[in-house]
Amino acid sequence: MSMKAQFRPLVVAVAALSLFAAACGSDKKSSSDSASGTKDVAAASSDTCVTGSSVKLGFLNSTSGAMAISEQTVRDSLMLAASEINAGGGIMGKKIKFIEEDGQSEPTVFAEKIGKLLTEDKVAAVFGGWTSASRKAMLPVVEGADGLLFYPVQYEGLEASKNIYYTGATTNQQIIPAMDFLKSKGVKTLFLAGSDYVFPRTANKIIKQYAKVLGIQIVGEEYVPLTSDDWTTQVAKIAAAKPDFVFNTINGSSNVGFIKAYHEAGLGATKSPIISVSIAEEEAPAMGVNLTGQYAAWNYFESVKSPANTAFIKAFQAKYGTNRVTSDPMEAAYTSLYLYKGMVEKAKSFCVDAVNASSGGVSYAAPEGTVVVNGENHHIAKTGLIGQINASNQFDVVWSSGKPIEPDPFLKGYPWWNPNQG
Amino acid sequence: MDALTTPFLTGTAIGAILFLAALGLTLTFGQMGVINMANGEFLMAGAYATYLTQQVISSTGLSILVAIPVAFLIAGLLGLLLEVSIIQWMYRRPLDTLLVTVGVSMVLQQLARDVFGAQGDPVRPPSWMRGSIDVFGYHWPHRQLFTIVLAVTALAALTALLKRSAFGRRIRATVQNRDLAETMGVSTRSVDRLTFFLGSGLAGVGGVAIALISGTNPTLGATYIIPAFLVVVAGGVGQLKGTVIAAWTVGVVTAFLTDWTSGSMAQVLTFAAVVVFLQIRPQGLFTVRTRGLA
Amino acid sequence: MSITTSDAPEVHGAEPAAPEAALSPKRSFRSDLVRTYGPLLGIGVLALLLLVWAPGSLSPFRLGNLGKYCCWALAAVGIGLAWGRGGMLVMGQGVFFGLGGYAMAMHMKLEAAGPGKVPDFMQLYGNGTMPSWWEPFRSGPFTLFAIIALPAVVSFVLGYAILKRRVKGAYFAILTQALAVAFSTLLIATIKQTGGFNGLNTFTKFFGQNLYDPAVKKNIYMIAAGLLIVCLVIVWQLYRSRYGELLVATRDAEERIRFLGYDPANIKLAAFVVAAIMASIGGAMFVPIAGIISPSNVDATASIMLIAGVALGGRASLLGPAVGAIVVGYGQTTLSEQFPTQWIYFQGGLFIVVLLFLPFGITSLLPKLKELASRRRITGESAA
Repeated sequence: MSMKAQFRPLVVAVAALSLFAAACGSDKKSSSDSASGTKDVAAASSDTCVTGSSVKLGFLNSTSGAMAISEQTVRDSLMLAASEINAGGGIMGKKIKFIEEDGQSEPTVFAEKIGKLLTEDKVAAVFGGWTSASRKAMLPVVEGADGLLFYPVQYEGLEASKNIYYTGATTNQQIIPAMDFLKSKGVKTLFLAGSDYVFPRTANKIIKQYAKVLGIQIVGEEYVPLTSDDWTTQVAKIAAAKPDFVFNTINGSSNVGFIKAYHEAGLGATKSPIISVSIAEEEAPAMGVNLTGQYAAWNYFESVKSPANTAFIKAFQAKYGTNRVTSDPMEAAYTSLYLYKGMVEKAKSFCVDAVNASSGGVSYAAPEGTVVVNGENHHIAKTGLIGQINASNQFDVVWSSGKPIEPDPFLKGYPWWNPNQG
Repeated sequence: MDALTTPFLTGTAIGAILFLAALGLTLTFGQMGVINMANGEFLMAGAYATYLTQQVISSTGLSILVAIPVAFLIAGLLGLLLEVSIIQWMYRRPLDTLLVTVGVSMVLQQLARDVFGAQGDPVRPPSWMRGSIDVFGYHWPHRQLFTIVLAVTALAALTALLKRSAFGRRIRATVQNRDLAETMGVSTRSVDRLTFFLGSGLAGVGGVAIALISGTNPTLGATYIIPAFLVVVAGGVGQLKGTVIAAWTVGVVTAFLTDWTSGSMAQVLTFAAVVVFLQIRPQGLFTVRTRGLA
Repeated sequence: MSITTSDAPEVHGAEPAAPEAALSPKRSFRSDLVRTYGPLLGIGVLALLLLVWAPGSLSPFRLGNLGKYCCWALAAVGIGLAWGRGGMLVMGQGVFFGLGGYAMAMHMKLEAAGPGKVPDFMQLYGNGTMPSWWEPFRSGPFTLFAIIALPAVVSFVLGYAILKRRVKGAYFAILTQALAVAFSTLLIATIKQTGGFNGLNTFTKFFGQNLYDPAVKKNIYMIAAGLLIVCLVIVWQLYRSRYGELLVATRDAEERIRFLGYDPANIKLAAFVVAAIMASIGGAMFVPIAGIISPSNVDATASIMLIAGVALGGRASLLGPAVGAIVVGYGQTTLSEQFPTQWIYFQGGLFIVVLLFLPFGITSLLPKLKELASRRRITGESAA
């Protein structure tokens, strides 16, 4: 190789790193101009941790990758809530300026982006995440940077962090009411079908233990990886076992394959009906088969009758189109932004410590009904609902827990729960 | 016996889809030395074509039947476009085409997301595809039978094309000895293009079958591309017989393993089985005997 | 004619210093010196940038990102060896990246749990019992040993099985990619033992140091960058050695090497194993920097992104793979910030453009342009 050829990679290296330096240099300059951090209070004119006429919030959702399907709807409702709040004057007089990032459906990227939002962009709070993997990846970052994350998805519980607010249901607000509902219908045998990852495995662990207490027999437990859509073999086992009910914890496109195989095997709403925890108004029409009569356990349905819900649906459809539907995670995300507003206004500050100190008891008249923040575990009290799918792919509420259920992510109030049992 | 026949039938159906997916790969690899990692996206294109056909034709039964040639055309044209714009500069460079088509597959996946939305779109199976027929007391789901019939028809059509038609003769000549074929006046360039069209179109037909299992979604292709390639490698590149047998075997083995263990372990073990098989026979089941050293 | 022995070290191919030819020995001596030590100088400059300039000028967040890019670059250097010089397109390096990563993560999880205790996720997803093969990772030295030994053994066994059967080229590439898919599926399926889809995260300590202390984070970055430089020097030496010549010869004319009496499988196997070890080291350092390792760092997509940097930078050059990996990593972060929905087109487009027009990476851009220019000059002259 000639002399010049030796140095070519070097030239590229220098060019690349100087690009890097230029970008970082400009980052550093801009970050030193604005307030030097949500915690660094001394330099700010007021001690609310945010200066200026606007407050920066981070919206971190996957707009690419396998989860983009679901997370796009969350992004839409967050933006709706932000524009509504801004129209009403913002939070403590400061308009919301949101910074969007793409989690790329990958936990490593979520961890990186939330780090960027908190330490570089210095946002006051981040809204987003979807899979438990993404949340667990973000947890150490948000705790290390002492920021705030609002996580809108129902999940497997067994977690609480001072830096995360969980506005989706935990297991005692969704899974356990679903089991109570099944018991009330006289179910004796249950088959568990789930995708092979944390939420279904943990949920099924809880279901198995509670089923023993309720006297329900588990006649089968099958898992298929998230990436696979072929449930034919497993559905054959369901058909052979003839359970009274099937508890469906499948997620993503795999659900479509399951439902199709289930119908082909001749099962349906009258023969081994399904109760799901991840089929909502968005997913039901995408199944391609008639799901009338099947059940789902959520804490919000588009059919919930409340003035707040009517207004929410109206505003959402006005902004995004009348053929759009609303579902539980979307509503939880929408609610989370309003809850944040409530917490900040109660604390009269954006500082994380102040918000945490006064978040307990903050309530909001959400589309799902009134929700109240639990200051201890940072979850919210939500009403448990069971819906039955009707001909227009909407859910008729057939059972309600009446009043909101206090969140108990570690199932401390349930004596039958033994975390050490497989 | 039911424990044996259900996975066997399921496995044959899986094998049928793998065959359709692998066919384009083996044709293009064997003839042009081109590895097309974007073939999975041609499957996806076929699935979306099915969805679009259903938007136009409301009768579910008719729409599926019409969707087959439509998917063939759309996927085939997409493949032709790929060939003309990118692949034709890269013949005989399998590793380079592998990476280029990886890039193409990324672009196509994102395009699907942008055009159709990240949420998959539903495909409604016709009523005659629900349920199953009972033969000797065993359930044979209609959809699986349909998939198998589809694959067999495609295989028969392809074999007829290769053995009986002039175009088929030109393909066989190009595969066996490209230079000699050129001296005989065969325009290998247009044969290549048409082969690419054919292979991609068949992947599109496979997409119709997949759409009936799980609807459409942008990541559909990624699930099938690796198993399809394993089938190609195990069957012997460019060998139709080998692709059929390998696809069938891989499908049945996967189904049995899924029955005995779980979906995830079945994937791992199937891969291990293919690697072990390649130990015994690294060139695949059938090969073109050449005087080369490889 | 007397042959005077030059007192300069290792002057390859220098003509015997005949006294009459006063000018040429000096020039050839200098260009040989450059040829031999030029890349070392390049490594030196990179070392300066990574180890001296970066820690002083970048914010902790950006430095952490650069640390991650360095981990990918470590894997890329190995890929450059195996693919660029060895001709083996290894599309499954995610497996070895994951082996090192999970080994390190297991140790850090056990550190976080405390002596005699079990990692938290085993209680969450399982029944609180730890598989016995986790226990050795409680020891730091064993973990370090495993980070080198595990990928070496796995790559040796797999490489032996595949290479001895003369599987090469595209078949080899597809098999390695299938391997990455299989390994990531296996990880997802074994949620009770490996954390499954979530992977391993939530660490507190790194070999006794508090992971969240900024000074510790900086040191971890320095270790990662330092290891990258060390591996670059090792590979530089490999390329200059007889083995490096053999490897290139095997890439270009495998049958001839066989006829000369060497077993090309052994030569390629050695490169494959070295590449696996380097990827594993990269994965191991990735864990304390990124704070997580999951099947998505192991699967086919992750493995392909490792290749992207090598393809861009120039697979056969010494610094190309490392620099390419850093540039691609940086591009991934910044492009997805600026264009959150369009950056995949950039990524895909990158593959297409680079492989269509610059199959040997950016470093081949200048020679190609020069070649085009000189060709035009020649044809211009002959036309006139």
